[in-house]
Amino acid sequence: MRLTVNGNAIDIEADPEMPLLWALRDLAGIMGPKFGCGIAACGACTVLVDGIPTRSCSMPVGLVDGVVTTIEGLADGETLDAVQQAWIDEQVPQCGYCQSGQIMSAYALLEETPEPSDDDIDAAMAGNLCRCGTYPRIRAAIKRAAAAKTRTGA
Amino acid sequence: MSRLRKVTRRGFLIAAAAIAGGVAVGYYYVRSPYPNPLEGDLEAEEVTFNPYLKITADNAVTIIAPRAEMGQGVSTTLAALVAEELGVELADVTVEHGPASYAYYNSEMLAEGGPFPFFDEGMIAETMRGAMGTAGKVLGLQATGGSSSVRDGFDRMRQAGAAARVMLTSAAADRLGVSAGELTVRGTSILHEASGRSVTFGEVAAAAAEIDPPSQVRLKEPSDWRLLGRSQPRVDMAAKVTGAPIFGIDVSLPDMLYGTVKMSPRFGARPVQSDVSKAEAMPGVVAVVPIDTTYGAGFGVIAENTWAAFRAAEAIEVEWGPTTYPGDSDALDAMLEQSLMAEQGDRLRDDGDVDAAFADAPAGRVIEADYAVPFLAHACMEPMNATARLKDGALDIWSPNQMPTLTRQLCADVAGVEIDQVNVHTTHLGGGFGRRGEMDYSIYATVLARHSGGRPVKVTWTREEDVTHDVYRPAARGRFRARMGDDGLPVAIDMRIASPSIIASALSRTFPSISPLGPDKSIVEGAFDQPYKVADYRVSAVKAPLGIPVGFWRSVGNSYNGFFHECFLDEIAAAGGIDPMAMRRRLMGDHPAAVKVIDRLAELSDWGASLPQGKAKGLAFTLSFGSWVGEVVQIASTAQGIRIEKVWIVADVGRALDPSIIEAQLISGAVFGLSSAMNQEITFADAMVEQSNFHDFDAMRINQCPDFEVAILENYHRMGGVGEVATPPAVPALANAVFALTGKRVRQLPLSREVEFA
Repeated sequence: MRLTVNGNAIDIEADPEMPLLWALRDLAGIMGPKFGCGIAACGACTVLVDGIPTRSCSMPVGLVDGVVTTIEGLADGETLDAVQQAWIDEQVPQCGYCQSGQIMSAYALLEETPEPSDDDIDAAMAGNLCRCGTYPRIRAAIKRAAAAKTRTGA
Repeated sequence: MSRLRKVTRRGFLIAAAAIAGGVAVGYYYVRSPYPNPLEGDLEAEEVTFNPYLKITADNAVTIIAPRAEMGQGVSTTLAALVAEELGVELADVTVEHGPASYAYYNSEMLAEGGPFPFFDEGMIAETMRGAMGTAGKVLGLQATGGSSSVRDGFDRMRQAGAAARVMLTSAAADRLGVSAGELTVRGTSILHEASGRSVTFGEVAAAAAEIDPPSQVRLKEPSDWRLLGRSQPRVDMAAKVTGAPIFGIDVSLPDMLYGTVKMSPRFGARPVQSDVSKAEAMPGVVAVVPIDTTYGAGFGVIAENTWAAFRAAEAIEVEWGPTTYPGDSDALDAMLEQSLMAEQGDRLRDDGDVDAAFADAPAGRVIEADYAVPFLAHACMEPMNATARLKDGALDIWSPNQMPTLTRQLCADVAGVEIDQVNVHTTHLGGGFGRRGEMDYSIYATVLARHSGGRPVKVTWTREEDVTHDVYRPAARGRFRARMGDDGLPVAIDMRIASPSIIASALSRTFPSISPLGPDKSIVEGAFDQPYKVADYRVSAVKAPLGIPVGFWRSVGNSYNGFFHECFLDEIAAAGGIDPMAMRRRLMGDHPAAVKVIDRLAELSDWGASLPQGKAKGLAFTLSFGSWVGEVVQIASTAQGIRIEKVWIVADVGRALDPSIIEAQLISGAVFGLSSAMNQEITFADAMVEQSNFHDFDAMRINQCPDFEVAILENYHRMGGVGEVATPPAVPALANAVFALTGKRVRQLPLSREVEFA
């Protein structure tokens, strides 16, 4: 079975029913997407499939039809994506466990809606649970990233 | 007699250091009594100066922050303590957790474990703090909890940095042939400004490490601090925005196997009948093994990947045995109620003569209320997991844990090896909240490692296993009464609170041979130790064993006693026709720090201003873990239900070492409390937990999150904690707002029993 992850072709041998999350983590060694619930209820495992935010814990790897982007694929070499940089500038993460998923959802939001309103942010991010309560800084970071991306035309 | 003469010498030293910062203190605490655990495990050409610092010849500086980083920013602030005195920037150093070691004992966590309010600085309280703190040292308990890490490290880690600076500077003076007084630390180098010559730390590290540590070091005055007292960029940010594999669940080792567990969903029960043949025959399954420990009994699955292990665990057919505790929540509630009725309890506060005050109280002057809270799960974002390798008589365990030395000890027993053959690698924690002070997940991984032929095995729990096998925040019930005076203020308050003892429960699974004696203050903490003055004031703790494993949950007993105490005070204020802010101000008049919190909170939240129809505010205050915290919650009635619009937090933490991290922790603690108050509860049926995942045990989402405004004060003369302190008042502030909005006095959590949240 061949997956395209972060621009690389990856060949794995997996039960097609295995969730994409475990194929990435246990078979491909890509640890950015996290396991939180296994039922698409917390968003920690969020990756992009053809740009669409997808809960990889509930997506059978055999059904993946498109290119997969994980948090490892956002930065351009040493240069962080504007969303990641905004996360640092606002000092968002606490324990950090949910933040891969938060950042992937935020990245997808900004690709779709470059200048999101608070309601847009609520709608796009409500599926990503954070037990540390970093939400106020997440909101600020999304707005900061939106401004940065608009400025640079990224 | 002056206040300082009343305290013990140790108490004086800490208090004086907290006040002045620049007092000269002995180096004893750094060197004694445990050897430096870094000495046995250095890289080539690397030297260590004390348990908190090592430096390589090529000038790589590593600071050890030996407390669990579970989001609270502790690795940054602890490293800043060393870096401040060493004279370096945080960007110049690497920060590591380091090994499990008695040298990293936490004395502060135990020091506040006695039955005394934080503001009691009388001789008995101070003597007890000294004795308990010493016990923490003697036990070598390396622990992250009790919002104690920074207070505990404040002297020791600054001294470690200062001593190393003296040694490095002395070696540099020898090397450069000048006197140490002419040298300054610049980056990770030591500069002789007059000549422009310099040497790096690395160049003189080996020579410096040979120098005897100074017997006395002089710490900087706070006015000279460059890092402390200012917000620092956290040292863990880059890893956490790039998905770096820093958590226990990310451990990856050559030849590693994967696993999971399926433990009895009835606590204390064992399998009576089972068939593992289907599970064993599934593709990718290596072995199914029995587990029988003080934490529980069940099965472990070893497999070639986590998914195969999860599927095989589902396929294990098993009938679980019975338990000794009541099977459902109604019966557990009845047991708790029975204990509350039957027993007088331990009186941890007993001012005046409460019985006399109520004996002659006119009927119209007495108000009474019963309150209750449910069991709660921790639900850390990272499900429980650990990785173990038992090979050649040595156990290595990679564990996201809050208790490395206890983890080492209990896993050594399970592996059948000596403690010195165990290496605990403490990873980052994807949330802790007290859950990861337990040893179960490490012990289970160790059991599986006995069956994996020397290969490492990473054991990950499903979320369902995690929610149904927690050590829960205990359920509690309280009975409260107050006698009102002529002026609307209470003249007598009587509180009796029943809850299972967390200490007793924790000992039963860690050291079952030890029976705890005496009162458990956690049952009433947040109620007995509040800075209110009422002539006749009694708070009693009733231990009510229910058979459900209970544990430390962010803010522990304060998490429910804040709700009990502050909602009942709100009832008193309503009965007395007094504004609740004004009433608290008057009852806390003996404590200037508390009054300043109240005044600032009233100003910040514009407390007296009238609100439009459909909006209301609630107020609460809790002194916990040494910090004085008031919160106001504003809610609004919407078509979808109650929306929490805004929360104001004012916290006096005594000394604020990193304002940005403290602000984040205060908001975090409040969100944690509000989540629980809105709709969290763990219930039981057939002796098993009914909830299983985030669909039925959820927490606040971003669309529910209010705006926050935070003020951090530094008026009190001793430093308080920050990780837990905003949780207790958040719950009653919300409940009091619900009363103000709806007129409903909800006395049983979660509030969703009676109102709906948007």
